[in-house]
Amino acid sequence: MGDVMQNHPAATAARKSRTLRAQAAAGARIAQLLLGFACAFLFWYLTVDVWQLPRFANLPGPSEVFSEWFSPDPIYGLSFYTPDYYWHILHSLARVGVAFVLATLLGVPLGLLMGWSQRVREYVFPLFELLRPIPPLAWVPLAILMFHGTETPVIFLTFLAAFFATALNSMLGARSIDPSLIRAARCLGAGEWRLFSRIVVPGALPQVFSGLQISLGVAWFSLVAAEMVSGEYGLGYLINTGYSMATYPTIFIGMITLGVVGYLTSVVIRLIEHALLRWGNDEQGGRS
Amino acid sequence: MKRAAPTSIGHLKIEDAVKVYRSRNVETLAVDHCSLDIQPGEICMIVGPSGCGKTTLLNAVAGFHGLTSGRITLDGELLCGPGKPMAEPGPDRVVVFQNGALFPWMTVLDNVTFGPLSQKTMTTSEAREKARELLADAGLAGMEHRYPEQLSSGVRRRVEIARAMMNDPAVLLLDEPYRALDSLTRAMMHEALLEMHARRPVTILFITHDLEEAVFLGHRIVVMSARPCRPTLQMEIDIPHPRDYSITTSDAYRGYVESALDAVHLEAQKSFAANEAEARP
Repeated sequence: MGDVMQNHPAATAARKSRTLRAQAAAGARIAQLLLGFACAFLFWYLTVDVWQLPRFANLPGPSEVFSEWFSPDPIYGLSFYTPDYYWHILHSLARVGVAFVLATLLGVPLGLLMGWSQRVREYVFPLFELLRPIPPLAWVPLAILMFHGTETPVIFLTFLAAFFATALNSMLGARSIDPSLIRAARCLGAGEWRLFSRIVVPGALPQVFSGLQISLGVAWFSLVAAEMVSGEYGLGYLINTGYSMATYPTIFIGMITLGVVGYLTSVVIRLIEHALLRWGNDEQGGRS
Repeated sequence: MKRAAPTSIGHLKIEDAVKVYRSRNVETLAVDHCSLDIQPGEICMIVGPSGCGKTTLLNAVAGFHGLTSGRITLDGELLCGPGKPMAEPGPDRVVVFQNGALFPWMTVLDNVTFGPLSQKTMTTSEAREKARELLADAGLAGMEHRYPEQLSSGVRRRVEIARAMMNDPAVLLLDEPYRALDSLTRAMMHEALLEMHARRPVTILFITHDLEEAVFLGHRIVVMSARPCRPTLQMEIDIPHPRDYSITTSDAYRGYVESALDAVHLEAQKSFAANEAEARP
């Protein structure tokens, strides 16, 4: 019966027009996106290269940055063709990765427990709220005193803010669950563990994921700050040395790369979220 | 024998229930010496203005909170009373909530089997088999693998009733379950509930503020006074079950609705006056 309906000429036509509309909408979106980028680059080009406004004159223009970036033989030593470029990216990615995974592994369970159990919340939350507003940069001296080498302090600093964001959002997620669902599960005879694993965890998941997005953002944020303070590789380090060595196009390359890599990592989280939260956005009838 | 009740379980007795809410220095009397004796298989409709404390009574039966004094027994067993401040929530008294409480991350089948699998009274395959039967009885075959968001609100309510019935409860506690539905869907829900009750005559404590709903469904309706909640009028609805919507045009039905309406109207006026008096300094 469903097949008959689907093959009906009217249904086919409707589907075709729907696809066309979707394509048109996607085309319009891409056009808007390109226009946005074009405006930003135009502004950059005009202020630096054409008008040469007072404070902008020292900056490299887009043409200089991009010709440096795509040059096999870059003037300041860094482009798509130099292994160093990828080495910096890799270092930053690895640090963010380790810090983010640690923050997730520790922050999600702690946050859910704080949300679920009033006693855990009473013990942990005041301390948590006291530590949370301390900016990662304020931890720099402690981090350097506490940890050996250059890697661990950087990872620690990156971890901190990410951890607080993750734990806080997981807690709010666990607390935001409709109390009727908890009551319903109790009525149906669920014990504490089943209540936690089958109701609290999935119920909190959407907010846990928005916490992970925030966490990833602040991880990149504190990573760059930490890399500017210590470290010998990484995009933050690259930007900082670009400033001190006056290799200005490198700063732009580092910044734009950070934007792109940061965006791609948050896309990865969003994909995982989509895969896990199918019940919220799947219209097709689940597993059958 | 107007209550076709072949079962003997599900005798719910509320004796002298009192509930006082204390917040800081203010005491609010929510339920005032309320007694109800609900027979096995009876559909007892509690009617009263919104916010009158009917839900408080239901929550005490369900075990979501305790009573200040009084006792509640189910088939002679003390749920809540002297020495037992609060009933334990359990599958013998399943609640269907006002806004629906299906677990959105579980399919219909997982929702319906959640009870027995939590209580470990059935294996997964037994539970699934029983769930499929119940869903088929309720006209919901083929919905097993849908998620609640993919269902209409009427279907969601029926799934929720099936989920409750999976546990063979002694009492079904319905807290204005059809409040958010449009009137056509609601009429369908009413007939579906009565059909279900004809198959499996479980005791039902049904809370509503809709009089017609109460008269249509109930063996008995109990009109509650507004704050504090106390039964002011009990009325046996002497229309034989199973009923369908054709009875709503009968004289008997209209007569019951009208006499209940007078009582409720009086209570609503009192409640309104009380709120007015409260609002005034």
